[in-house]
Amino acid sequence: MAKEFQKGKMVPVPSRSIVPERDVDKMPVLECSHLGIDFGGLTAVNELNLTIGRTEIAGLIGPNGAGKTTVFNLLTKVYQPTRGTILLNGKDTHGMSTTQVNRAGIARTFQNIRLFSNLTVEDNVRIGLHNQVRYPMWDGVFRLPRYWKQEKVAHEKAMELLSIFHMEDLAQHQAGSLPYGAQRRLEIVRALATNPRLLLLDEPAAGMNPSETHDLMENIIKIRDTFQIAIMLIEHDMNLVMGICEGICVLNFGEVIAKGTSEEIQRNPKVIEAYLGSGKKGG
Amino acid sequence: MMKQLSPARKRLLDNALTYGIVIVAYLVLQLLSGAELLSSTMEGLLIPICAYVIMAVSLNLVVGISGELSLGHAGFMSVGAFSGVVANVALQQLIPVNSLRLVAALAVGAVMAGFAGFIIGIPVLRLRGDYLAIVTLAFGEIIKNVINCLYIGVDENGIHFATNQAALALAEGGKAVVKGPMGASGYTKLSSFTAGFILVLITLVIVLNLVHSRAGRAILALRDNRIAAESVGISATKYKMMAFVTSSVLAGAAGVLYALSFGSIAAKKFDFNASILVLVYVVLGGLGNIRGSVIAAALLVVLPELLREFYDYRMLVYAIVLILVMLLTNSVGIRQFLAQRFVRLGRVLSKRAMKGVEN
Amino acid sequence: MNITNLLFNLVNGISLGSVYAIIALGYTMVYGIAKMLNFAHGDVIMVGAYICFFTMSKLSSLFAPGSLAATVVPSLAGVLLAMVVCTVLGVVIERLAYKPLRQAPSLAVLITAIGVSYFLQNSALLLWGSEPRIFTSIVGSGSIQLFGGQLTVAYTTIVTMLTCVVIMVALTLFTGGTKMGKAMRACSEDKGAAMLMGIDVNRTISMTFAIGSALAAIAGALLCSAYPTLMPTTGSLPGIRAFTAAVFGGIGSIPGAMLGGILLGLIETFTKSYITTNLYDAVVFGVLIVVLLVKPTGLLGKQIREKV
Repeated sequence: MAKEFQKGKMVPVPSRSIVPERDVDKMPVLECSHLGIDFGGLTAVNELNLTIGRTEIAGLIGPNGAGKTTVFNLLTKVYQPTRGTILLNGKDTHGMSTTQVNRAGIARTFQNIRLFSNLTVEDNVRIGLHNQVRYPMWDGVFRLPRYWKQEKVAHEKAMELLSIFHMEDLAQHQAGSLPYGAQRRLEIVRALATNPRLLLLDEPAAGMNPSETHDLMENIIKIRDTFQIAIMLIEHDMNLVMGICEGICVLNFGEVIAKGTSEEIQRNPKVIEAYLGSGKKGG
Repeated sequence: MMKQLSPARKRLLDNALTYGIVIVAYLVLQLLSGAELLSSTMEGLLIPICAYVIMAVSLNLVVGISGELSLGHAGFMSVGAFSGVVANVALQQLIPVNSLRLVAALAVGAVMAGFAGFIIGIPVLRLRGDYLAIVTLAFGEIIKNVINCLYIGVDENGIHFATNQAALALAEGGKAVVKGPMGASGYTKLSSFTAGFILVLITLVIVLNLVHSRAGRAILALRDNRIAAESVGISATKYKMMAFVTSSVLAGAAGVLYALSFGSIAAKKFDFNASILVLVYVVLGGLGNIRGSVIAAALLVVLPELLREFYDYRMLVYAIVLILVMLLTNSVGIRQFLAQRFVRLGRVLSKRAMKGVEN
Repeated sequence: MNITNLLFNLVNGISLGSVYAIIALGYTMVYGIAKMLNFAHGDVIMVGAYICFFTMSKLSSLFAPGSLAATVVPSLAGVLLAMVVCTVLGVVIERLAYKPLRQAPSLAVLITAIGVSYFLQNSALLLWGSEPRIFTSIVGSGSIQLFGGQLTVAYTTIVTMLTCVVIMVALTLFTGGTKMGKAMRACSEDKGAAMLMGIDVNRTISMTFAIGSALAAIAGALLCSAYPTLMPTTGSLPGIRAFTAAVFGGIGSIPGAMLGGILLGLIETFTKSYITTNLYDAVVFGVLIVVLLVKPTGLLGKQIREKV
């Protein structure tokens, strides 16, 4: 696929997959209301209301410093919100830790890649499988039959997940030694390994060339279709966002300034102002 | 070209090498000891070597593999040592067979130290970095201080605790085992080199197998990147605690082994300096490198004894060796300097070789 | 518990705490700027005390016993010489052992510092022997009586507290007002940025070690004036306690070190006289643990949020 494109050419938008129905209005996977956080006196995110459908691909965009990553950190409880509620599958995540939120169904990647860079690619994925393929500590220490059985299952699952991005051959490489793009893909695989209902991707295309970005777009859709999960992504590549996101939310100074489909967002004057400035001089 | 080994294969060979070194060292020392070729000092060091190897490997689990600096590891050794000694005396009648009583004492010491590790781990593991280190130091000192004030006696009614000898109120025929700052004395020595060797093997099995299992990967993940590990559903508290408690259990067993190889033991033996000494073994052996810990601990326990001829200077030499090794292995500048020297040396040598050809 | 007893303990506690505070300043300044735990700091105190001791015993024979000169001149000379020697020692240690490890992992630096600590202790053992020396107080053994003789306060105690106040004021002025002081604060915030602003980071770090070590010399003389037994291991325990004091107050913070030191001295003195004579170490460290659990970066430490 990737070979068909030549450098410098505009990347064509891949065909949008056919989602059975727009299910935003049914029981959504994520509902945030009045979400906000203050750092000291600074309000980083305020009055965030957000709904994501069960198999929706949503985009979160906005200028630098708008608070996009902070939203992800709130959803995954890296920061505890100052106010507001987050409902995941209708369940309030209030008081949960990052670990518990992941078990409840949110997995994420990081803007500045956070792999276990001293470990192998396969081990990174196996760590993602931590809560999927389980056995007690003692079975591991004494190498009991369950250890061998479960380790085999983990290996097979890890390989299967790596095959999404055709990374099986890299399984035994050290994660930190991979090229940048491959590290980003590995982070997605690791997140998928935790069997999430909602996958948060923080700038998945950063540092990728156009053909890699195009592959990524196809793969995001493929992941959604195969795993039937919701995906929310932060991205500066507007081709990607406008190409695959069914719903887009625009953030500026920690507040939502627009919500809607890609067409609606592109036409919204507030969005244009946030990105390009008001055009007025002085101030 | 040699065929590239897969990491799994390499790991297997690596572990086999570690076990091999330990087994060969045991056999050689056992043979030498049987043939009476070992000096009495060396003979007396055999069990302490085993104890310190276990200490180093267990501390490496916390510092190297779990990535938390602990400065109070000797405290757990101390808890193990004293509970092992008490168990030894208390079980004298119940388990007359020495080897079985050693196993029981080891179990008691390990469990008590593990318990201490758990209690201490609750506050300690909430902290990070240097603050965590200073709190482990504080706990190490507290353990030393408390044991220093503790009197434990055994009589037919069971075990008595008190803060001075009179308050023990032992029945006729009872025996004060631990006497505050005097420590414990007058108990049967139970440890043997073979027991120490077996304990080292068990320690290696536990630590190496733990590292290469689901729990071990979780511990490594937390060390490499805590936030990422938590984001994939790994509980930091649980796995940091697992490493910490496992490590204290092993340190407790090492303490029992150590205490029961002497006729007496005092709490001041397990002070801050003892913790630091073990940390030095771990760092010189390489963080996370289990085989390195084994070798470094064994060599560095023996080194001061080998330097006995320079009795007055041996600790000074030890200090200088320590500083130089750290500088040589960690300083970018010094390494570059040496590399340049060697390159120049290499060039000089190769020039000579060329001349030789011309001539 | 009567009131004079309470006052007596209070004064002694503050005095002991002042010594801890002066030592803690050395730890905290070095930590703030070089981000390393300088475990050898306690042994620099010991070296300072020995230098002061030898100078004083050499010089005191030159003056008529009992004269004012016999108490003032040897003490002043002793403390000054100790400060000079310790400053040089501190800077040399930093240059030889720590500077090559600027980029190394912090654990490597810590182990090196432990090596330096062993080195100093064992050098002292070889040079000066293991038998304890009896240190004569730098301000003489006199004391003043307060409240009609109910409360006796030794000169040493008073001088210790005064010295601590003077040092505190001087350091505050220095870090706040002078160019070098500002450079130090800049380096402890961000070394890279400080370097780009034209600050000589190496010189600043050396300067920090110099000040810390000079303070260690003063602390050594004061410590041994109050607790006159001088041995090669004299510095290590007060070193650890002062280090705890620095963490207690929030390591890296100069007022924190002062506060931590004085609180630690008070806790130690009061525990010893009112609760238990044996378990005061356990109490001191117990308080430290509680403080760190409530305020994980110490009393006056800065909270740092990890960036994700």
